[in-house]
Amino acid sequence: MGETADLVVVGAGPAGLAAAVTALAGGLSVALVDSGTAVGGQYWRHPPDHARPAIPTADLHHGLREYRALRRALSTARARGRLDLRLAHHVWSVTRDDDGFTVHSVDRRRAPEETAVALRAPRLLVATGAYDRQLPFPGWDLPGVLTVGGLQALLKGGGVAAGRRVALGGTGPFLLPVAAGLASRGVEVVAVCEAAGPSAWLRQPGPLLRNPAKWAEGARYGLTLARHGVRLHPRTAIVAAGGTDRVSSVRIASLAPDGSPRPGTERRVEVDAVGVGWGFTPQLDLLVPLGCHLTDSGDGSAVVAVDTGQRTTVPGLYAAGEVCGVGGARLSLAEGRLAAGSVLADHGAAPVPGRRRLAAARATVAGQRAFARAMARAHPIPPGWAKWLTDDTVLCRCEEVTAGAVRAARADCGASDHRQVKQLTRAGMGWCQGRICGPAVHCLVAPHRPYAPTERLIATPVTLGVLADLDDAGENTEGAAHE
Amino acid sequence: MTLHRGVSALKVVVVGAGAVGAACAFHAASAGLDVTVVDRGPVGAGTTSRGEGNVLLSDKEPGPELDLARLSRALWDEAGDELGAASFELEPKGGLVVASTGEGLAALGEFAARQARAGVRVERVDDVRKLEPHIAPGVPGGVHYPQDAQVQPVLAAAALLRAAVERGARTRTAEVAAAVAGRNGEVTGVRTAAGETLPADAVVNAAGTWGGELGRRLGAPVEVLPRRGFVLVTEPLPPMVRHKVYSADYVAGVASSDAGLETSCVVEGTRGGTILIGASRERVGFDTTMNPAVVTRLAAQACRLFPFLRNTHLIRTYRGFRPYCPDHLPVVGPDPRAPGVVHACGHEGAGIGLAPATGALVTAHLLGRPWRGADPAAHTALLPDRFLTPKGAAQ
Repeated sequence: MGETADLVVVGAGPAGLAAAVTALAGGLSVALVDSGTAVGGQYWRHPPDHARPAIPTADLHHGLREYRALRRALSTARARGRLDLRLAHHVWSVTRDDDGFTVHSVDRRRAPEETAVALRAPRLLVATGAYDRQLPFPGWDLPGVLTVGGLQALLKGGGVAAGRRVALGGTGPFLLPVAAGLASRGVEVVAVCEAAGPSAWLRQPGPLLRNPAKWAEGARYGLTLARHGVRLHPRTAIVAAGGTDRVSSVRIASLAPDGSPRPGTERRVEVDAVGVGWGFTPQLDLLVPLGCHLTDSGDGSAVVAVDTGQRTTVPGLYAAGEVCGVGGARLSLAEGRLAAGSVLADHGAAPVPGRRRLAAARATVAGQRAFARAMARAHPIPPGWAKWLTDDTVLCRCEEVTAGAVRAARADCGASDHRQVKQLTRAGMGWCQGRICGPAVHCLVAPHRPYAPTERLIATPVTLGVLADLDDAGENTEGAAHE
Repeated sequence: MTLHRGVSALKVVVVGAGAVGAACAFHAASAGLDVTVVDRGPVGAGTTSRGEGNVLLSDKEPGPELDLARLSRALWDEAGDELGAASFELEPKGGLVVASTGEGLAALGEFAARQARAGVRVERVDDVRKLEPHIAPGVPGGVHYPQDAQVQPVLAAAALLRAAVERGARTRTAEVAAAVAGRNGEVTGVRTAAGETLPADAVVNAAGTWGGELGRRLGAPVEVLPRRGFVLVTEPLPPMVRHKVYSADYVAGVASSDAGLETSCVVEGTRGGTILIGASRERVGFDTTMNPAVVTRLAAQACRLFPFLRNTHLIRTYRGFRPYCPDHLPVVGPDPRAPGVVHACGHEGAGIGLAPATGALVTAHLLGRPWRGADPAAHTALLPDRFLTPKGAAQ
């Protein structure tokens, strides 16, 4: 099978974009793969090109100048035939052999039609990002209850507000931009429930003081929210949602220091949509089966272990962005550049970013990681969160497994991790394969260890027909690229 | 074997909390023995969690394994009555073996006739679409095996272990490092990796793929090798596949000693609605790498057998290692080289199905008399002696 490129980059968010553009600038040929229909990832998600003039989203974004520069660099490289851009390609497996990596994907540009595409390169860079971490509560499976990331994606991708009266809950600074984005579009944000206390930041002022940009960003959101009369309620949480066909109300409770709801503090608020987010879970599905070592990120999730040049423990395999730890776009961009610098150095090409720019990227990574660690300490998962679960609260929506069933698996069979709970209760065996409920089940049975996802050898559902055709093609052409 | 002195006090350490170890513990504890189950990890975390939960007679030719399988099939029903069949999803769904050619059908018919003479219920099927409406047209025929069944293997191991504990057994999380031997070389206990000694009159090697290594540590080495297999899992569907359906070449694959990749198509539905697709066999040691070529081959074979699967999504693939002995028979019984060590491993892909009979047979060996229909005298072909020279050395 011939090589597709010198480097395959999976994920075209900030980390993957920065990596691809840096590697292209260094003279490498690059294949950039993303499941989305445009580059930018979740962070720079935009309406489709033809709809952009009609849907203003500039106020939702940061670093648009950088985004446009990266897009321009991609266009130039593509015109010169050095970039193989594969949008709407879903990677279902990555394998490694002596000569490099094969990225097995399906092209879904004409979905539901699927075409198998295998990309090969001696080096692979994975920048698949992260997704919202969910902690279930009674009613969380009602229509109208979304993740905060989902609300943000609707705003950025189509200018759509999910409701007219929205309550937000969870923990972390990401609640603020979502609240501000909704409020500026006329949505009544009835409550922003932040589980952490107002002084959580004061316990580790160092990283914050060293990041004045983050102060300024926070202050801007604060102003927007104040202008629209939106109130932030520290040490509270959305502990239940009610409604028949879809959500019509939430119950908000004050939290005790351990994070459990204080009895008697619950109040009911009418809403037509809810957004909840408890930080993010790194998307490690492609990395775990390749045998990369993982490490504790400090925010409750395991992340891929990388050296100071973003090399994983698997030779030829690099990682950048939130798979290495959640820390925002600036960190992701710097990690993407560092990773590509390492690819270039390992390839034998002179590192194009130059020593000074690489040093600057390293400094950015160090500073932003310190900030992210402080943020994680200030916004932990409240230890007592499980107290708001009733035994009949569904934890695994795909297989409809309740908290009671998971607790019984722990009590009666000694299940001590999410994999064992899955075997005993089916939690995590359905469509999403535990991507949604896995972190929550983990937080329930093993809260003191970082969450490491189960190995998923199939990274995205793919029809058996397209796989069967690959086998038939392979028989005829002796392992030629399946395209 | 001379283990059965003072039976009421006989202390048994079962190493392995998979389906086989749990069944050994269940039967030994039911017989009143003092049982401790030791495993490095949780219940059913090894090969038990990596299979489809087969309880099959259909794929076994007449001989020692089929004898054990027939007993085991009856004991699974007994376990269902005692522990609640629903608690481990015991489903007597029946197997349907189909031939793809007239020639294959004739060979399958002969095979089934021999099985019938050995006591297996077989029914020739001319129109397989009466049993499986969604099967590909043009299948010349097959054989229906109504006794074939399925269990959810981890739930089954957990249920057996729970029942063992209710009957007095204990469980320990530990790694066994070595046997402790008495003055005459007989086992008096096991030492754990943490340095602790657990007293034992008998040690049962139910360590699955790890059985070879455990045998060495206990001074009773047996050759147990891994044979890798992938299983494909589809999105949940309404019931589309009613039986365990497989092509006649599966039997050849099970019995084969080929080192390279072999695949034979096995398709079945589960209670959860997903469809399981197997079965591949590779001898690659404990290599855990994903092999997309195996996945695509299994997909192609399954789509040929059930064309509707072409539009069905694959949502998961997992792989495991079947623990097999060189002659493809399990090794069940006392090891003459290390008095007190009883093997219960090497079941290859049939460990779930054979677990209850293995547990009963091990218990019978420990008691020195038949137990629940398992008579040591009737299963001598499974003894470890077959690997040893008359003087007791490994051959």
